[in-house]
Amino acid sequence: MSYRVVHYINQFFAGIGGEEKADYAPETREGVVGPGMALNAALGNEAEIVGTVICGDTYFASDMAKTSAEVLELIRKFEPDAVLLGPAFNAGRYGSACGAMGDAISKELGIPVVSGMFPENPGVEMYRKSLYIIETADSARGMGKAVPAMAKLLLKLLKGEKVGLPAEEGYIERGLRINKFFETMASERCVDMFVKKLKGEPFETEYPMPVFDRVDPNPPIVDMANSTVALVTSGGICPKGNPDHIEASSASKYGEYSIEGFDDLTSADHCTAHGGYDATYADDDPDRVLPVDVMREMEKEGVFKKLHNKFYTTVGNGTAVASAKKFGAEIALKLKADGVDAVILTST
Amino acid sequence: MKLELHKVKVNKLAWGDKTETKDGVLYVNRLEIVDMLSSDERLVKVDLDFAMPGESVRIIPVKDVVEPRCKLEGKGGIFPGMVSDVETVGEGKTLVLEGAAVVTTGKIVRFQEGIIDMSGPGADYCPYSKTCNLVLVLEPVADLEKHDHEAACRLAGLKTASYLAECCKGATADNVETYEFPAFREAMHAYPELPKVAYLYMLQSQGLLHDTWVYGVDAKQTLPTLIGATEVMDGAIVSGNCVSACDKNNTYSHQNNPVIKDMYARHGKDFNFVGVIITNENVTLADKKRSSSYSIKLANMIGLDGLLISEEGFGNPDADLIMNCWKAERSGMKTALLTDEYAGQDGASQSLADSCPEGDACVTAGNANEVITLPPMEKIIGYPDEANVIAGGWDGSLASDGTITVELQAIIGATSELGFTKLGAYTV
Repeated sequence: MSYRVVHYINQFFAGIGGEEKADYAPETREGVVGPGMALNAALGNEAEIVGTVICGDTYFASDMAKTSAEVLELIRKFEPDAVLLGPAFNAGRYGSACGAMGDAISKELGIPVVSGMFPENPGVEMYRKSLYIIETADSARGMGKAVPAMAKLLLKLLKGEKVGLPAEEGYIERGLRINKFFETMASERCVDMFVKKLKGEPFETEYPMPVFDRVDPNPPIVDMANSTVALVTSGGICPKGNPDHIEASSASKYGEYSIEGFDDLTSADHCTAHGGYDATYADDDPDRVLPVDVMREMEKEGVFKKLHNKFYTTVGNGTAVASAKKFGAEIALKLKADGVDAVILTST
Repeated sequence: MKLELHKVKVNKLAWGDKTETKDGVLYVNRLEIVDMLSSDERLVKVDLDFAMPGESVRIIPVKDVVEPRCKLEGKGGIFPGMVSDVETVGEGKTLVLEGAAVVTTGKIVRFQEGIIDMSGPGADYCPYSKTCNLVLVLEPVADLEKHDHEAACRLAGLKTASYLAECCKGATADNVETYEFPAFREAMHAYPELPKVAYLYMLQSQGLLHDTWVYGVDAKQTLPTLIGATEVMDGAIVSGNCVSACDKNNTYSHQNNPVIKDMYARHGKDFNFVGVIITNENVTLADKKRSSSYSIKLANMIGLDGLLISEEGFGNPDADLIMNCWKAERSGMKTALLTDEYAGQDGASQSLADSCPEGDACVTAGNANEVITLPPMEKIIGYPDEANVIAGGWDGSLASDGTITVELQAIIGATSELGFTKLGAYTV
């Protein structure tokens, strides 16, 4: 029995039409359509394209979350073992749709999925961490080269074989860091690299320096006396006993807790969950990290109108930037919905 | 400065009436050690155990690992300013019980102690799964303040390591390693054709139980300074750290600093290794600026062409690493960096908390967030439920059958930023 594969393509590659048909709603067809024929041939006897899902690029782009769920249901109905997306070459909306589907399929179905795109397709930057994307030419002229590479990688994934490096398999670097044991200790590798750099010989860094998001601060608040201020911390302050078990490091969650009725945090009611600093003084007086006492005084003095009755907390210690970003976005939405005007962020 | 390390190989530990080495076996008089450590009134109970490579044994929570060493000849004593007088060290002869280690345990900060598995997949990641470990199980008096608890454990480990080696002074060395560093007057004239380089050795000093001690001085209260590589081998730097287990530099890894060893191996061939500069990693911005500027100023006063820089810890100290890097590069020195990564469990996040374009030669000891499953062990020394609170663990890390699922972060020395393991990472 061969593996069941579903193929996703846009309205153009389905032969329905160009830009004028880009609002085409999702539909399914049995078997192969368009480039599916070549892909199916490349898969050989081991796997077969049992169905094709088609969607117009504009339709997909107009509401990506909704369409992605819609297309996912159509794919799921074929009971696939794996999914092929595109290739999308340098078509931006098509690439983004393929990437979004790759992300949804990886997360929701947990089955192998491979796409193909030109490296500058915006879908690459958005989704390369979610799926394997074979590097292709910028137009359909590259179909001949893309098809065998996509099929080969998909078969490897289906059979659980070890996937090689990007250059070996032809996929675009995903930006995922994987551990391995090297031949020599890290100290020796570092001295080797140092010698090469000193001599002006070529060397390859083991970790290219990251480029960070920089966020410009919002303009200052004009009417402080009428504003509501919230406290948010990465210093791990939480109700005593850490009821939600926020991790000491590499936090997977944040907590939302009421400070209604608290004028002062003490060791009797709060503590820190943070594992990256000496907790003695934070546990002794949690206000040192989450300054509820001072905020209450200022509230009484009328420096601002109100201290928000909830605070948000997590542990910044070794926590992945992706998790921190997610927590931040969620917390910001909640604060905004609660009418908070300003936030004091405390770290450790 | 010339130091000979007289290495006596230890393959096995056994209890004995007299502490001594014979045919690769280190016999340990349990009572003498218990008596010696019990004199510390901060400890209510002292127990000893063995953990040997290949055994189905898990040690948790581990605080530090120390190699037994003592002076045979030359000024001063081992671990100066800690268990010996503050006389300088690094010259003469030092006895090393190679293959043996003293492991201290205790629930101090709880988050910040680690795991050593003596066999199974966890053992592949831990340098101290390969040593014959004398484990000190130290129980503090009730309500002992954490800083006192840390100091008591630290001293117990150093005292025991020193005691073991002292008892074996008569043993014949299996091999002798010699390290010799000339005075600057000669060093600056040697190998004129080779670049002059030094090692910038960053010491965790964020304070509040993230401390490193140099000749008994808390490193956060020091300005960057020069230290002889051989002084480090005599225990001039000891760990007082309670910080994530994988990348705190244990006293053992300071004593055996592989960067020093590997730089010495290339000395006179690929560069002229003229010295070691130690610097700290304090938390305030002013401290970071001061220490990085002062370190680089020292490097420039010497007239260096390059600096190899190793970090300790992660996150906040990434800022120190990066400041050291760009300040050195912008003053004309070439740098190579030794660090580790926190790229998330999926490896998808950026690995460092700070960066600069000058950091183009970077070696990493792996992604500390990668998850590992540690199967149950037949014997546990310590408290396995600490896995649920340890940095790198989470509520539920310990399964009912004794399996522990944690990030590598929880394993002692797994991503050592002195480069003490072969672990690294690559991008796919």
